[in-house]
Amino acid sequence: MPKPTQTMLNPTLLDGQKFQITIQRLCRQLIENHNDFSNSVIIGIQPRGIFLAKRIAEELRKILPGKTILQGDLDITFYRDDFRRRESPLVPNSTHIDFIIEGKKVILMDDVLWTGRTIRSAMDAMLAFGRPEKVELLVLVDRRYSRHLPVAADYIGIAVDSIASQKVVVSWKETDGEDKVVLLSDGK
Amino acid sequence: MDTLSTRHLLGIKDLNKKDIELIFETADTFKDVLNRPIKKVPSLRDVTIANIFFENSTRTRLSFELAEKRLSADIVNFAASSSSVSKGETLIDTVNNILAMKVDMVVMRHPYAGAGVFLSKHVKAQIVNAGDGAHEHPTQALLDAFSIREKYGEVAGKKIVIVGDILHSRVALSNILCLKQLGAEVMVCGPTTLIPKYIGSLGVKVEHNLIKALNWCDVANMLRIQLERQDIKYFPSLREYTMLYGLNKQILDSLDKEITVMHPGPINRGVEITSDVADSKQSIILDQVENGVAVRMAVLYLLAGQTQ
Repeated sequence: MPKPTQTMLNPTLLDGQKFQITIQRLCRQLIENHNDFSNSVIIGIQPRGIFLAKRIAEELRKILPGKTILQGDLDITFYRDDFRRRESPLVPNSTHIDFIIEGKKVILMDDVLWTGRTIRSAMDAMLAFGRPEKVELLVLVDRRYSRHLPVAADYIGIAVDSIASQKVVVSWKETDGEDKVVLLSDGK
Repeated sequence: MDTLSTRHLLGIKDLNKKDIELIFETADTFKDVLNRPIKKVPSLRDVTIANIFFENSTRTRLSFELAEKRLSADIVNFAASSSSVSKGETLIDTVNNILAMKVDMVVMRHPYAGAGVFLSKHVKAQIVNAGDGAHEHPTQALLDAFSIREKYGEVAGKKIVIVGDILHSRVALSNILCLKQLGAEVMVCGPTTLIPKYIGSLGVKVEHNLIKALNWCDVANMLRIQLERQDIKYFPSLREYTMLYGLNKQILDSLDKEITVMHPGPINRGVEITSDVADSKQSIILDQVENGVAVRMAVLYLLAGQTQ
C-alpha cells in the first residue's frame, strides 16, 4: 500500500485566504518589474485565463490607484496545433484587445500551464496584433515536468507535481461561486 | 457537438438550424479577424483547396479565394473555359485528376443543378457548392441571412421579400430555405411567369404587386434578371419589367417605413434596381460582400476541421 500523498488526502491546492495571498503576491511581483504599468499590458488567454487576468488587473488597480491597467482577452482557437486532429473543430471565443501592443511589455496570463501548447498558440495569436517589446507569462498553477514544448512561466502562483490522468481545475468567485484550485484524480 | 451535421456543403437543404447558427457564430469571430491589422490565421495551413468554376463568377470566386487565403490554405484555381473540359473530359475525370494532386476540398460552381451532389458521391474530397445551375447557392444564402442578422440582431420574425426572377435563381431557393429555417417570414414577388407554380409548398407567400410586397416587408432582396438562363421570353420587354418590378428611390421614399435593400450581385443598374437605391443608406449590398468572406471562412473552417 503506497503512502498517501498530500493531494490524495486533500485535493484542494488553494482556496480562501491562501488564494488571496497568492494573487496579492503575483501582483506585487508584477509591480516589481513593471512599475506603474505605463508601458505594460495584460492579456488573458481564452477561455479560462481571462478570469485570472481580470482579477489581477482589478487588484492592481486597487494597489495603484489612478493608474491605467490595460487588460485584454485573446482567443487562440485558430492558432492551435491540433486542428484536424480532433473529433470536431473548436468553436472560437471572442478576442478583445482594444489597445496597441506594438512596443509594449505584454504579460500573458493563463490559469494552468501544462503542456505549453496553449502558450505557443497564444504567442502566435498575439503577434497578429503587433510586435511587443517583451512578452512574459504568468500562471496561477504550474503543472511541473509535463511540458511538451520549451515553455516556462515568469510568475507562478503555485507549482504542482501531477500525472497526466489528473486534472487541475481553477474555479472563480465570479463564475463558479468560489476561488479555488483543486487537483482531481481519474475524473473524480 | 460543435460540428456541422454534414461533411459537404451542397445546399441549405442539408443544414439544420443549429448548423446555421454554428456557422454564424464562427463567422462572427472571423469578421473580427478580418478587421485586425494582420487578417490571416494559420488554421488551414495543411489543407489544399481547388476552386473549380465551370461558370463565370467574380464575387463568389474572389470571396472564396480570399477566405481560403485568410485561413492559410493552399489553393489551385481552375476555370473550365481554359481547361481540358473543352477537349471532352468528364466531370468526374476532371475532378479526380485534380484530387490525384492531393487536394482536400473542392469549391465548385457548375451550370447544372445537382453537380455538387453527384460529385460528392463519386470523389473523396469534401465539396462546397458555389452555385449549381438554378438549384442552390448555399454560401450566398448564409451571407444574406448573416447580413440580416447583423442589421436587425436576429432573423427570426423578420419579413423578407425576394423580388425578381425566382424561377431561374439559385439564390432564391437557398435564401428561402435558409430564412425559413431561421424562423423568418418569406415572400416572393415577380411576374407570374418567373415564379415557379408550386413555390407555395416551401411555405412562402406569393405577391405580384411590388408596392404591396414592399409595404409588407422589412428587407427586400432584389434579384437579377438572368437573361442568360432564359431560353424563351418570360416578359414582353426589359423596360416593362423595370416599370413593374424595378425598385427606384421614388418607390422607396413612398413607403411608410424604412426597409433594407439587398442584392446578391451582379447588379444590372437601372433594371431591377436604380443606382440611387443601390448606393443609398438603406442598401447593405456592400456589407453583404464583406460578410461573404467571413461566412465562407466559417464554412471552410468547420468543414475542414472534421476528422477525415
